[in-house]
Amino acid sequence: MILGVDVASLLLGGVAAGMVLFIVSVGLSITMGLMGFVNLAHGGFAMLGGYAVAHAMKAWGLGFVPALAFGFLLTAAASAVLERLLYARLYRAAELDQVLFTIGLVFVMIAALTMRFGPENQPLPLPSALQGQIDLGITRYRTYSIVLIAVGAAIALGLWLGVERTRMGAQIRAAVDNRRMAESLGIDIDRLFTLTFAFGSGMAALGGGLGAEFLGLDPQYALKYLVYFLIVVAVGGLGRVTGVFFAALLIGVLDFALKKYLPQGGTLFIYALTILLLLWRPQGLFGAKA
Amino acid sequence: MSAPPLEAGAPPTKTAAPLLETRALSRSFGALTAARDVDFRLEPGARHALIGPNGAGKTTFVNLLTGVLAPSSGAILLKGRDITRVAQAERVKLGIARTFQINRLFRGLTVLENVYIAVAERTGVAPSKWRPAGLRRPVVDEAMALLESLKLASDAARRIAELPYGRQRLVELAIALGLRPEVLLLDEPAAGVPSAESHIILDAVAALPADIAVLIIDHDMDLIFRFARRITVLVSGAVFASGTPAEIGANAAVRAVYLGQASHG
Amino acid sequence: MTGAHPAALALARRHRLRPGEALPWLLALGWFFAFPRHLGFGTEVLITILFAVSLDLALGYAGIVTLGHAAFFGAGAYTVGMLAKHGIWHEPLTGLALAGAVAAAVGFGSGLVLLRTRGLTLLMLTLCTMALLEEAANLAHAWTGGFDGLDSLPIAPLLGRFEFNPLIPRTQYLYALAVLFLCFAFVRTLVYSPFGQSLTGIRENAPRMHAVGAPVPRRLVVCYTLSAAIAGIAGGIWAQANAYVNLGTLGLDRAATVLIILALGGHGRLYGPFVGAVAYMALAHYLSKIYPTAWQLGLGLLLVVIALFAKNGILGIAAALGPRRRAGA
Repeated sequence: MILGVDVASLLLGGVAAGMVLFIVSVGLSITMGLMGFVNLAHGGFAMLGGYAVAHAMKAWGLGFVPALAFGFLLTAAASAVLERLLYARLYRAAELDQVLFTIGLVFVMIAALTMRFGPENQPLPLPSALQGQIDLGITRYRTYSIVLIAVGAAIALGLWLGVERTRMGAQIRAAVDNRRMAESLGIDIDRLFTLTFAFGSGMAALGGGLGAEFLGLDPQYALKYLVYFLIVVAVGGLGRVTGVFFAALLIGVLDFALKKYLPQGGTLFIYALTILLLLWRPQGLFGAKA
Repeated sequence: MSAPPLEAGAPPTKTAAPLLETRALSRSFGALTAARDVDFRLEPGARHALIGPNGAGKTTFVNLLTGVLAPSSGAILLKGRDITRVAQAERVKLGIARTFQINRLFRGLTVLENVYIAVAERTGVAPSKWRPAGLRRPVVDEAMALLESLKLASDAARRIAELPYGRQRLVELAIALGLRPEVLLLDEPAAGVPSAESHIILDAVAALPADIAVLIIDHDMDLIFRFARRITVLVSGAVFASGTPAEIGANAAVRAVYLGQASHG
Repeated sequence: MTGAHPAALALARRHRLRPGEALPWLLALGWFFAFPRHLGFGTEVLITILFAVSLDLALGYAGIVTLGHAAFFGAGAYTVGMLAKHGIWHEPLTGLALAGAVAAAVGFGSGLVLLRTRGLTLLMLTLCTMALLEEAANLAHAWTGGFDGLDSLPIAPLLGRFEFNPLIPRTQYLYALAVLFLCFAFVRTLVYSPFGQSLTGIRENAPRMHAVGAPVPRRLVVCYTLSAAIAGIAGGIWAQANAYVNLGTLGLDRAATVLIILALGGHGRLYGPFVGAVAYMALAHYLSKIYPTAWQLGLGLLLVVIALFAKNGILGIAAALGPRRRAGA
């Protein structure tokens, strides 16, 4: 019975962490699969969004949900502008130039936030309804983690339906599989890119705000967690919502469990696992073979 | 290297050993069959054309022959040896070279350097790390001679990106010839070349050494009927008809396939 | 006579030394005499140049985009560090050779498996490999000193005579300069050789290289291994010169910095690493300590500008503005 409780709390904690990873990374996966663009600045959008949420709540007294909406919209709008003005120029560029550009962008984001808010962690004041613990029958667990799991699952379902069932989703899927053919079918690729990029960055912002309780919010956020986001995307397979979802849960649970039971070698294990996985399936668990 | 001697006085028979041969070669992509049971023979010194409507699988066939694609089933034989599992680079060493439908050149390098690379690979000079590339006289001289034979020598020092497309296409051919192949696969050699320049390509193709077996894919019927001694028609990945230009020209079914294609646009 | 054709002559002359090529070495020697109090900084610059040269071989010439090159720098540094600290080996020259050999082995092993992939997958794999090594070094603290690293490394005097005195880095500076010279001469020879030519071909159009019969995977692994060896040598000198090694030698920070340096100076150009390293480190030395946040902002903006408008770095701009003759390799 005790073992069951341990496993349950392990799973809950890991899945909650995984949900945060998923919400942040899904945008990266879609845009990388769609545009073939290596966007190392994606963590920066999550960070910006988190800061926007925190600031809205603390400085303007917005509620948690309105602040999240604000963070989403602000980041989506800002990223759309960046995409049209800057990113779009590099779609056909060499991979190296894309890497350099996005690293530069992240540096600018980090520096700007440090200048405005200082280098310290920005605690996000959670509404009291979401604090504390909730009774689940077999165990008591943090309310917020349960909420995260529910929200994450809802988002995953919503995204999956959106990609599989809507016209825009079909356009995205078509363009991910074969851009030229999609263009010749009359799909407005430019508009699709901008909308998808904005939405993906907005999702990252949402993840930044929702996950601030666990991952914190300081100017190093964008680089600290970048490798994790990239691992989730690479392991899941570019452009696949289901892929990111399962990869995020896998990494979340693994990381959580390892931190508890193998604090010394946890990260090493994840890196080794990622390497083996990518060598076995370079396209990711769910990706399409090149 | 040379074909087995034919019996004096006997007409060339189909039982003479082919240089390149496929047996029931097939390739599917899921539900789409790009190549279907293709039996094909290429004789030494051949001038063979592969024609067919768009999407018939001609480039797929060349990709199968060169090893860019692996077949789903069937076999490819070169001089009687099974090369179905042999890697692309290996097949080049065995004597198969190709040109691409869209130029694949080293755009930042000069014309001479482009051909140099091919000759250096063939002669085994390429892995060498000490003496400078430019001092390897045999390689440089051979590359220059090749350029001269294709009338490209005047552009030898120019970068690919600076050349008109027709001249670039000629460099594509030069690279393939630098490999001294026994089998040369030309994928629409005049594709994308403005009609004012296409004669350069056609002249070069017509002047290819007689001992190379050439398979050419093209749509230009004048070129085909001028150049080819045998024609194979590919439709939906399968061999539709095969014979001499006269036979194919007279074949009503072939004409119907093309006319049908034209009406579908 | 084909030998007289201008194109053939140009190709034959391509590798010849140009008078300007003596400049970096003269400047480096001049620095030794002119700024005896800044030799520590100078040694750092020389080591960074060597590291950037090693990355340029893989990135600029073969087109292998990697964010994990510090794995080899650190492998070399830790080889020297562990051998010295644990009393196994103190001699600097052979220690350096060992550092290069170990780094080459790591490069060969990882290259064999990683270089089958491309694009994001390859980038991720190089990142993960480096992060893996960093974690491993962190965990094996009995050997590596863990988070604190190994300090006060006992390095024997060079050639039995010249001591490595951390307070007066004269030996370190000339030692680094000599090694840089030898390694650069090697790389320069390689770049102009047929092997170097084939690497350029792979970078420009890998499918074409397959189609001319080049054993592309093998060439890439050889290039990567050589690049790793030189990076390991750079790391080894770093450990010897500083008498110190820590996790930073294996970190993303170092890997990203060398990438930025190459972008700044111009990748795929022999002297790009020189220009980039000097420019970056001069700026960093003054600005990053005084105004760290502004430095990061400026660096970020610079990278954005380079990626958008100056893909070929400083030397690329110079080549575009300079007289119209073919730039060097």
